[in-house]
Amino acid sequence: MTHTYLVPLLKILVLLNAVLVSVTFMTLLERKVIAWVQVRLGPMRVGPYGSLQPIADAIKLLLKEDITPVRADRFVFTLAPIVSMVPALIAFAVIPFDREATFFGYQVPLVIADVNVGLLYLVSITSIGVYGIILAGYASNSKFPLLSGLRASAQLISYEIAITMMLVSVVVMAGTLSMTGLVDAQYNARVWYVFVQPLAFVILFIGGLAETNRAPFDLPEAEQELTGGYHTEYSGMRFALFFLAEYANMIVVSGVAATLFFGGWLRPFPNVAALWILDYIPGWMWFLLKTFVFLYVFIWIRATLPRYRYDQLMRLGWKVLIPLAIANLVVTAVLKVLL
Amino acid sequence: MLESLVFYTLAALIIGFGVLVVTTRNPVHCVLCLVANFLCVAMIFVLLAAEFLAMIQILVYAGGIVVLYLFVVMLVNLRRPPDARMDGRRQTRFGFVLVALLLTEVSAILVYSAAHPSSLVAVAPQRPAVGNAETIGMLLYTDYLVPFELASMLLLVAMVGAIVLARKEA
Repeated sequence: MTHTYLVPLLKILVLLNAVLVSVTFMTLLERKVIAWVQVRLGPMRVGPYGSLQPIADAIKLLLKEDITPVRADRFVFTLAPIVSMVPALIAFAVIPFDREATFFGYQVPLVIADVNVGLLYLVSITSIGVYGIILAGYASNSKFPLLSGLRASAQLISYEIAITMMLVSVVVMAGTLSMTGLVDAQYNARVWYVFVQPLAFVILFIGGLAETNRAPFDLPEAEQELTGGYHTEYSGMRFALFFLAEYANMIVVSGVAATLFFGGWLRPFPNVAALWILDYIPGWMWFLLKTFVFLYVFIWIRATLPRYRYDQLMRLGWKVLIPLAIANLVVTAVLKVLL
Repeated sequence: MLESLVFYTLAALIIGFGVLVVTTRNPVHCVLCLVANFLCVAMIFVLLAAEFLAMIQILVYAGGIVVLYLFVVMLVNLRRPPDARMDGRRQTRFGFVLVALLLTEVSAILVYSAAHPSSLVAVAPQRPAVGNAETIGMLLYTDYLVPFELASMLLLVAMVGAIVLARKEA
């Protein structure tokens, strides 16, 4: 009874809260890092070094007036932020933080659901997330959100193909679709897959930038052309939900990259016994550290690179990434059969 | 007990969304109901311990094909003037024929299964030792190789056809 219902429920509760809090503080990290890149201080007023800024922002957003445009499709307008938020949150169900940890004498695996189609689950759940953006664009009944919604969905569909092919390459290497199984496969192979499949990692990361609508692929929310994009007509907490979804998606992409290519909860060099001292750091700390490094890279890229033009974005997706992805998959499969 | 409760809830939802797909006026709402319908079907697959099929159902139908539906419905103005509609009576007659065919089929299945009760033993879903994905892969590349290859050829032809149609000049 405890193990079938109570433990998973507790895990879900803890994870959801952890994700939402970290998403909130991601906004602070982003503003601080960009400020430092641009030789500014960033938020400094609320709390020491501005550390309470996200809480002030959250309160402000909650207290703002919630406006629905008169000509909007009211039902879909309300539905859209929810549809973009929910897939971002439930994607965390299959991401393994550690093999297991001991709490009050219980051995608890640190993953909510270790299903044997975990990777496929992630791909299909993220493909649902695009509805939030299209629907927001449609329901606002305004030209900028509509344009942005169309851009976003075309972009997501294009880059999904390359990403999925890269995931297939990794699956061919590991021979399993389970996220825990993928980490185990890297442990058994004594190597992180980033060293075996560097091209796959690069394509997955570029695709991840495009999937989360981050710079340099943030065409759907290009301020200069679209006055903010699909969430132009939204205000208050509904507006915030879109941003929470974007940051949650960033964490998902970072977590997946860490699990698939950087050994998840494994310490660096799991094959070198001389580094036994690293084993004193628990696995979930390694996982969070790797995820955090990717999140930092996301922000770093945003602060550094200018935005792509739309036709360049499409050309990169269809004429560079997808052919490379197909070649990588074919080579991986042939080598797997031969070796 | 719990399983049948979940099943009947899902079945009711599937039928409800199916009806809404046909009856809703706004085409975008229709497409949304279709997505909800597909998601419920995916949950039925999960209930039958066919996770792989469930994920493919979401990925291909809910996440892929219906997004294209939504594009078409959003970009093409579907509001036709009232006099441009087809003759109502002909549609009704056609509908009656289709419904009659469907009812015949369903009753034939019911009669057949009543006559041969052994062929309809509900197989309790149990976790197989090998995963869904492996089983389906084995089946596709051994027993069903020819249909599988034919289907992939069909898709290839469709893809080439789409590219030829989309090219600006020949």
